[in-house]
Amino acid sequence: MAKLTQTPSQTLGPYFAYGLTPEQYSYGFLTSIAGAAVAATDTTGTRIRIEGRVLDGAGVPINDAMIEIWQADDQGRYAHPADPRPLNAGFRGFGRCGTGTDAQCRFYFDSIKPASVDGVQAPHINVVVMMRGMLLHAFTRIYFSDEAAANAHDPVLATMPEVRRGTLIGQLDESRPGKVYRFDIHMQGADETVFFDA
Amino acid sequence: MSEIIKPRDWSSQPSYIDPAYRSTALRGPTKPLIPLRQSLSELTGPVYGHDCLGPLDADLTKNGRKTADPLGERIVVTGRVLDEDGRPLPNTLLEIWQANAAGRFVHVVDQHEAPLDPNFFGGGRCVTDAAGRYRFTTIKPGAYPWGNHHNAWRPNHIHFSLFGPSFVTRLVTQMYFPGDPLLELDPIYKSSAVGARERMVARFSIEVTEPGFALGYEWDIVLRGRNETPMGSH
Ligand SMILES: [Fe+2]
Repeated sequence: MAKLTQTPSQTLGPYFAYGLTPEQYSYGFLTSIAGAAVAATDTTGTRIRIEGRVLDGAGVPINDAMIEIWQADDQGRYAHPADPRPLNAGFRGFGRCGTGTDAQCRFYFDSIKPASVDGVQAPHINVVVMMRGMLLHAFTRIYFSDEAAANAHDPVLATMPEVRRGTLIGQLDESRPGKVYRFDIHMQGADETVFFDA
Repeated sequence: MSEIIKPRDWSSQPSYIDPAYRSTALRGPTKPLIPLRQSLSELTGPVYGHDCLGPLDADLTKNGRKTADPLGERIVVTGRVLDEDGRPLPNTLLEIWQANAAGRFVHVVDQHEAPLDPNFFGGGRCVTDAAGRYRFTTIKPGAYPWGNHHNAWRPNHIHFSLFGPSFVTRLVTQMYFPGDPLLELDPIYKSSAVGARERMVARFSIEVTEPGFALGYEWDIVLRGRNETPMGSH
């Protein structure tokens, strides 16, 4: 077949909200295909909230980033034809949240905790980070601080220097009811989040 | 056999830090990316089909209409979504957003002193058909100023967001118009190498042009392809 070449990526720019996250930003013209509510009321699994900020190289929270997540269900299954296992009806596993509607520039997702996808990798959520000032999106992952045993054997965490693994661990906030995990994304600096060549 | 998505083509893709585009300085990652062996997490991705579309989603001349037609030059933008091996990608969602004919976005933080059009919203979406084809009807977006450098103007462009078949085929890009003198002055357009950036410029097409109604532009989008890799050998 014809050999073609990839279309280059470009920045999301500052004005993505009415196109990609219209409901979150209260634009009434278009519905959103996805938002921060990833799990429906009847989705099985342990309810979790992921909450975090995106920080630039000066440590300043960014108010025009957009985060997308993609995750498996509570049995480790993805709602996609490449996953041969039967679907968890009603659970799509995709979420999208901009950082421009919260006074502290936080994004959040209300979801369920994914199980291990293959019995080898620790439970994790796949993340895309994009914003004005980023010409190409970045891939990262969220692991869970209360899965220390699974994280210790995770083959992806094992590929990076130990000092950087912590940047991928969502920290369970013991001071809050339910399971709230804090996951800040540091674009640069000593704590720069691990981003993948995925 | 298991199929693995081909890597990002770093000779086509821009860099995270690009001095000519000033906002990248504090926002682009600086440490080397960590290689990730693709698993089901990367080879799956969100599936959005025709059922997620409203009837006017692909017609931006109608989906923001209140009392009259929007102002500006009507255009049709169509093309195919393909992978690197030329395979059409059916049932893939495209989301677009753009300025109105005067170069103004409806976004609340857009302070450019150009008029809003009460009949134009500027956001839309479409799902590709069995041949990978998409089609939008819209208004040609105007150029608008930005603060990157003295007298900086963005060329006319439409923002495109696509998923493709998996999480790692995600693409957010911009489509430009042929012959725009602002292209050679725009650091965002020029963030990709010569030879790659031209792939973001649509082609005027008299065949796509609708007589008495709208000019036609054609633009194909190419996402990452697939390698056929024997199970266990990668
Ligand atoms: Fe723009």
